[in-house]
Amino acid sequence: MSESHRFQPASVAVEPYSVLTKDGTLTAEAAPMKDDATLEALELMILARTFDEKATKLQRQGRFGTFSSVRGQEASVVGAASALDPRRDWVVPQYRELPALLRQGLPLENFALYFMGHPGGGVIPPDVNVLPIQISLAAQLPQAVGLAWGLRHQGLDGVVTTFVGDGASSEGDFHESLNLAGLRKAPVIFFLQNNGWAISTPRRAQSAARTLAERAPGYGIDGVLVDGNDLFAVNAVMQEAVRRARAGDGPTLIESLTWRAGAHNTADDPTRYVTDDDEAPWAGTDPIQRVETFLAARGVWTEELAARIRLRCTTEVERALGVARQTPPAGHAALFDHVYAVPPDRLNEQRARWARNNAPDGSAPTRTTES
Amino acid sequence: MTAQTMVESIRGCLREEMARDESILVIGEDVGALGGVFRATDGLLAEFGPDRVVDMPLAEAVIVGSGIGLALSGLRPVVEIQFLGFAHQAFHQIGQQVARMRYRSQGRFAVPIVIRAPFGGGVRTPEMHSDAFEAYYTHVPGLKVVAPATARDAKGLLAQAIQDDDPVLFLEPLKGYRLQKDEVDDGRFTVPIGRARIAREGGDVTIVAWSAAVGLALNAADELSERGIEATVVDLRSLVPFDIDTLTAAVSHTGRAVIVQEAPLTGGFGAEIAATIQASCFYSLEAPILRISAPDTPYPLAGIEDMYVPDTARVVSGVADLMAVTA
Repeated sequence: MSESHRFQPASVAVEPYSVLTKDGTLTAEAAPMKDDATLEALELMILARTFDEKATKLQRQGRFGTFSSVRGQEASVVGAASALDPRRDWVVPQYRELPALLRQGLPLENFALYFMGHPGGGVIPPDVNVLPIQISLAAQLPQAVGLAWGLRHQGLDGVVTTFVGDGASSEGDFHESLNLAGLRKAPVIFFLQNNGWAISTPRRAQSAARTLAERAPGYGIDGVLVDGNDLFAVNAVMQEAVRRARAGDGPTLIESLTWRAGAHNTADDPTRYVTDDDEAPWAGTDPIQRVETFLAARGVWTEELAARIRLRCTTEVERALGVARQTPPAGHAALFDHVYAVPPDRLNEQRARWARNNAPDGSAPTRTTES
Repeated sequence: MTAQTMVESIRGCLREEMARDESILVIGEDVGALGGVFRATDGLLAEFGPDRVVDMPLAEAVIVGSGIGLALSGLRPVVEIQFLGFAHQAFHQIGQQVARMRYRSQGRFAVPIVIRAPFGGGVRTPEMHSDAFEAYYTHVPGLKVVAPATARDAKGLLAQAIQDDDPVLFLEPLKGYRLQKDEVDDGRFTVPIGRARIAREGGDVTIVAWSAAVGLALNAADELSERGIEATVVDLRSLVPFDIDTLTAAVSHTGRAVIVQEAPLTGGFGAEIAATIQASCFYSLEAPILRISAPDTPYPLAGIEDMYVPDTARVVSGVADLMAVTA
């Protein structure tokens, strides 16, 4: 059998696309983002970091629920989201992409309410193009493909970006979705954040494939490998993917190589499984510092501006958490509302019974064996 | 009125609805040139083109999941799962995703999708095709589950399901596709979801059934009538929501209730019916509620499926025994 009949794991070296090096210098002639766009992205990254730090503290005090911070992955998420036009493009998230949701227009207090366990956290304002946070990982991918296909079917030029991780790329939905996206030439971008970990399971235990991006050609679509801690590189490959999707050239799988610079979530203890050897290559790769260093060298990032932006971020986080804290607790209506457009009689009866059995003055203790 | 089989009336409904509403897409395995393995979508590709009648890759999760996305984009997809047995491979999209989208988004996102799936036994399919798994889906809040027994109801309920703003699992009896012809109204009409049909009236016992089991119940009722036992047959037509008023009125009148289901006994939808009857008709009951079902065993290979799926004789003897019980 000759070599032309065999498909073997590629042997050529692969390098992630990179523009801004660890030390904040450009490898390209010019940055792909203008200074004002870079500053805007940097502020969003800092806002996410500020929220993560505050929410983690609150969680430790029992004032916030279990949540997953985006710490370390800010350039990856913001670089991706910054390539989108929130008025016509959609984000289909999993759960670790706060700044992408914010850039699409989701109020920060809604995100906070969600992780405080308040049903109001599910509210997505009518003009904000995001789907609900996904907890069943990869289940969002088929929906993203269908949404993209549907937009295109109706002659709309919106592009859908869906986020997925290295762990969830092992799910069957990942395979089915990339396959269908290729067939339909759906304007969808699979933004795969390879942050090294699925809770405690390292990337190497998810797949024997050398990179996850190289799966793309198997579905007849383009794959890209990018340094996920490089804002400019991520933004550049996303801009290209958006351009292609909008032009009808189909989907792209982007593997963004990044690092979860913390725990899976606030209930996790990475000291049980992350070794010094695991962390060593990622030392000094903080994505926020990298942009700050770059802008400082250009004289754009000054102590004064940094202080001003940090204050704005702290103020916004405090504002959002204040709104969330002052949101009245949800009543029993939140159990029953929005299950059906028109609730069946049986559900209405359950709702009425719930209200009777839980009358505030305890006047109607009519509990029955039915719910 | 025209005499039609159920598969003809479903096809007619899809055609009329697609002609009426451009937002309707039909997607599924083999729904295009083949017209579906049962021909329920025959002719739709030629009439509406490949953008609206879409042959999908063999991947149930993304068939349903992309249907959710299509619905979110503003379309009304009618998704065909070739056999309900294969819907296991899309269970997370049906059981967890589609029916919660409205709730999880606090009303922002409706998912007006219809998932059509043939189910049930008696037509000698290969393994894994024929199980009556409807009860899994009746346990999913936010999902409607419809299971018509006649060609007329199939057409009217499907039209209603397509215009419904919530997800509907539309179960079609494999055995009922071509078993008989019913008179079906010409032109478009709808049958409301959640209203049962009294398929036959009798004063001695109420037989409750849905989908293919309704025909079984009617055949049994005819035989029972020859023995002097008159049965009311309630065709539920939809399981979620189900018509508690019609059910309890019928059972209160006859005092005896028999539930016929093709599914295994334990945890079947018949248990829900039985619990509802005892809660609402306790003082009218003259005998325990009887459930006639398949055994709690896997659906067998076709050669012995007749022993598995309830048949007329089992319903007749079950009812006859029940009539001998005195309270």
